[in-house]
Amino acid sequence: MSLISSFPIMSSSCNPAQNTIDWTALRSDFPLLSQQAHNKQLAYLDNAATTQKPNAVIEAIAHYYRVDNANVHRGVYELSERATQSYEATRNKVQNFLNAWSREEIIFVRGATEAINLVAQSYARPALKPGDEILISAMEHHSNIVPWQMVCKKTGAQLAIIPINDSAEIMLERYQQLLNEKTRLVAVTHVSNALGSINPVQQMITMAHEKEIPVLLDGAQAAAHLSVDVQALDCDFYTFSSHKAYGPTGVGVLYGKKRHLDAMEPYQGGGDMISSVRFEHTEYNSLPYKFEAGTPNIAGVVGFGAALDYLSAVGFDNIVQREQQLLDYATLKLQAISGLHIIGRAKNKASIISFVLDCAHSHDISTILDHQGVAIRAGHHCAMPVMERFNVPATARASMAFYNNEADIDQLVRGLAQVFKLFS
Amino acid sequence: MNEELRALYQEVIIDHGRHPRNFKKLEEPSCCQEGYNPLCGDRLTLYLKVDHNKIIDASFEGVGCAISMASTSLMIERIKNIPIIEAQQLFEAFHLLVTEPSPTVKTLEYLGKLTVLGGVRDFPTRIKCATLGWHALKAGLDNAASEQRVSTE
Repeated sequence: MSLISSFPIMSSSCNPAQNTIDWTALRSDFPLLSQQAHNKQLAYLDNAATTQKPNAVIEAIAHYYRVDNANVHRGVYELSERATQSYEATRNKVQNFLNAWSREEIIFVRGATEAINLVAQSYARPALKPGDEILISAMEHHSNIVPWQMVCKKTGAQLAIIPINDSAEIMLERYQQLLNEKTRLVAVTHVSNALGSINPVQQMITMAHEKEIPVLLDGAQAAAHLSVDVQALDCDFYTFSSHKAYGPTGVGVLYGKKRHLDAMEPYQGGGDMISSVRFEHTEYNSLPYKFEAGTPNIAGVVGFGAALDYLSAVGFDNIVQREQQLLDYATLKLQAISGLHIIGRAKNKASIISFVLDCAHSHDISTILDHQGVAIRAGHHCAMPVMERFNVPATARASMAFYNNEADIDQLVRGLAQVFKLFS
Repeated sequence: MNEELRALYQEVIIDHGRHPRNFKKLEEPSCCQEGYNPLCGDRLTLYLKVDHNKIIDASFEGVGCAISMASTSLMIERIKNIPIIEAQQLFEAFHLLVTEPSPTVKTLEYLGKLTVLGGVRDFPTRIKCATLGWHALKAGLDNAASEQRVSTE
């Protein structure tokens, strides 16, 4: 596609292992980042909430509406065929991105939240009986807690919680003990949105599979920051959102092993998910369409495809290396500040730093930083049990993407100096 | 630091945020009302002692940002020893202060020291912080009134 031909990577796209990326040029691919906030250069450090979009994504969406817009899987005319092709091309890209065995295992949904709800309603709910257990961790986002609670309420099953240690790491010995004959599913986050911990999911999946327990991974914070191979992981379900991976909002992915998806009843009924409808009986469509009722977010999926192309061109070796550099730099700078405490000190961390100050509440920190041009998140990060675990009402959270730079972090540190000036 | 920020974080607010007054549990309150902002996790408990339709004592406990702590602290200083009906009028006036672009002189005069919280109107995401204690007050007074009705019938 010509849309990414302006991609600024020099020699790296053919050999991503060589870190020859011009990160400054790459940042200019993201038009939003060049703006000012409160008369200061914007330092956008809320990438765990959503990422900014490169021109390639914005242009792909505009191009779709300007040139290719028609409904998919329906019209017998060129325009509809082109729309269908663009939409389905993204499915192939997701398949490659996750290294799924088949494109039929890729279901488009609205986001990671909807993907988890789909599994909860279509996979877990019909199978669960009173006394059964779903095992989640103490560091889950609300979207990997509440759908299971809803299913438990309907079925009489129960949630069991894998505890985390003071460094915000899964306690694997406790996990081993909690895997028992009542456990029907393990649902854990790949990377914690509030703490940054990268969980030992490969090991956790092996441990669960030894007892024939399936595993769902919430990859919302992982997919754009680590290389994910669902066949190597052998996870049963994997979920993530486009908008946290440089694509548009309103699109997400449920990956499921074909044998699970085949056995599951559809989550929603409507057009596109059927092969024949009579008032007496409806035959469902084959995978993946069985789970995609109604006209999908076509433009969003097309834009998401452009985001995946962009990510592949940068390459995960480069992304991981750059984001670890930024994490190390930010950790050094922040931990040197007296009266600042980092919450979440896992050995294996993604580029997310949650912190609290002795002198100021995270909301006050965020307001003052905003006036210094620094956008961070303050609050419980939709992970209230995590806040409880670490005995804090809320945290401030800086989360970095590969387009951030050391200057953004310096701006954060200077902004924090203003907070100290005001509050201590 | 710019003017908007200075207007938000006036010294009185920093002072009350850091050292909230009447920050304790009240012995034998007429009602204790929880105030909770699920967006940020700020949580407080407001204690009221009401007698003959008058607030004779008030206090609070909790955790929150400088704005919610200061706002509640300043509110309690003001509502002690006033009739319930006047506290309800104060609630309305305070609401105008933090949401209206230009509150009337009458409103400002009526609110007095509480006007230091007016700067919050330029920070839409922080209005809920400033009104947390006030919403607890309104709910607490409504409960106290209905309990009183129940007990006198």
